[in-house]
Amino acid sequence: MSAMTSVREIDASEITRVVRELCMEICYTVPEEMVTLVKRAREREESALGRQVLDLLIRNQELAAEGEYPYCQDTGYTVIFMDIGQDVHVSGADLYDAVNEGVRTGYTDGYLRGSIVLDPLFNRRNTGDNTPAFIHTRIVAGDQIRIQVDAKGAGSENMGKHAMLKPAAGIEGVKHFVLQAVAESGPNACPPGIIGVGVGGDFEMSAVIAKRALMRKVGQPNPDPQIAELEAELYEKCNALGLGPEALGGTQTVLAVHVETMATHIASLPVAVNIECHAHRTGARVI
Amino acid sequence: MPVEVLEDGRKRIRAPLSDADVLQLLAGDVVLVNGTVYAARDAAHKVMIEMLDRGEELPFDPTGQIVYYVGPTPERPGNIIGSAGPTTASRMDSYTPRLLELGLKGIVGKGGRGPAVREELKKHTAVYMAALGGGGALAALQVRSQKIIAFEELGTEAVRTIELEDFPVWVVNDHTGRDFYTDTVRPWRKNELLPEDLQIPVDTYNGDGGGM
Repeated sequence: MSAMTSVREIDASEITRVVRELCMEICYTVPEEMVTLVKRAREREESALGRQVLDLLIRNQELAAEGEYPYCQDTGYTVIFMDIGQDVHVSGADLYDAVNEGVRTGYTDGYLRGSIVLDPLFNRRNTGDNTPAFIHTRIVAGDQIRIQVDAKGAGSENMGKHAMLKPAAGIEGVKHFVLQAVAESGPNACPPGIIGVGVGGDFEMSAVIAKRALMRKVGQPNPDPQIAELEAELYEKCNALGLGPEALGGTQTVLAVHVETMATHIASLPVAVNIECHAHRTGARVI
Repeated sequence: MPVEVLEDGRKRIRAPLSDADVLQLLAGDVVLVNGTVYAARDAAHKVMIEMLDRGEELPFDPTGQIVYYVGPTPERPGNIIGSAGPTTASRMDSYTPRLLELGLKGIVGKGGRGPAVREELKKHTAVYMAALGGGGALAALQVRSQKIIAFEELGTEAVRTIELEDFPVWVVNDHTGRDFYTDTVRPWRKNELLPEDLQIPVDTYNGDGGGM
């Protein structure tokens, strides 16, 4: 090696430790902004029944944070987003094994439910410890690893939608598709939640950025002012659907809409909608 | 035990249910469930239907009983149960008619049911109720005991008896075929902000029905 850039060694056990801790934390304590946004929804909600539901959700947040009972019994798919600095060398074990060991020990020691079957078709046997995790990696500049862990409930994940729209459908077509997805999700996605929208890319990238959109700090607008404006419009229109908390009717159907975009083909307008329930459980650490 | 109507309008029921009990539970009612219910979700339903196909007896007699769609988290030492909220009911739609035919009277889950199940509930005088979706921690506090009675190998999806005390749910689909979710959303939809296909015709339904 010439022009020596120092490579930072990170022991795989450190990754295991961080993933384990995050799994145990997030399933009991929702992010601070979720506490703020549910309270804000409680103030804004016009339906009396909706307000009662939101009061219960606030109590559920508080009770779960005491550490005895996870926020929701569906402790989710464990989805891991790792930004790995290109000046990092992971030693001691396979990176993916290290992550899965963190999930295995985190779910076991944290009294969290295993909800994953290894074989979707022929033998839907629960692995028992929520492995394997669903891992997304990105190589970035620097000598650190950022790990974000998300526990994504299946009730909301099942309500996701994807389409390859025609470019002629344009912005209106995307808005319509998002609203249809939220309307159809009804009570199943446990509103009020967050709507992650991915526009552009190819077939699978649109879905990946829709989920990445959910990893943003909730309620923080996209830095691009045009996209932020689209998010604000979709927030208003999703709430105009009137589903309200738990779809029992009301003005607070969503807490936030997050949109991410990326380059795409001249012939394509891919759009993916990933719905998150009020049980938004995620957390990140940098090693 | 007959349905007890509380001062605030909530209705207290105790499993098992009679037809007379079911007739008193109407879409939108807030109901407090008491007594022993049977926990079963996707995998347990699949196995039970296979057993029925083979002419075998189920691990419990569904006559008059309430099934709760739940797969709890493992309980911490000293606790009765872990987090124990409802799972999405529509996944059980294809299994439900068989159990209703055998006399099942009540179901607790979350979300809506398909038109076929609504029709079967009507036909068999049974009721579908929803608990607070995602409220798993709160749900745990209403559980007095639990025991795995079948299919232990299914782990969280095993069949259990769960003894509930004043577990709050609301009636979604009653014996008349009414669907509460259709009623609840209508008064709140702001048609003027939405594309035509997502608009709902305005009617005179007065919205805010009942507490929980």
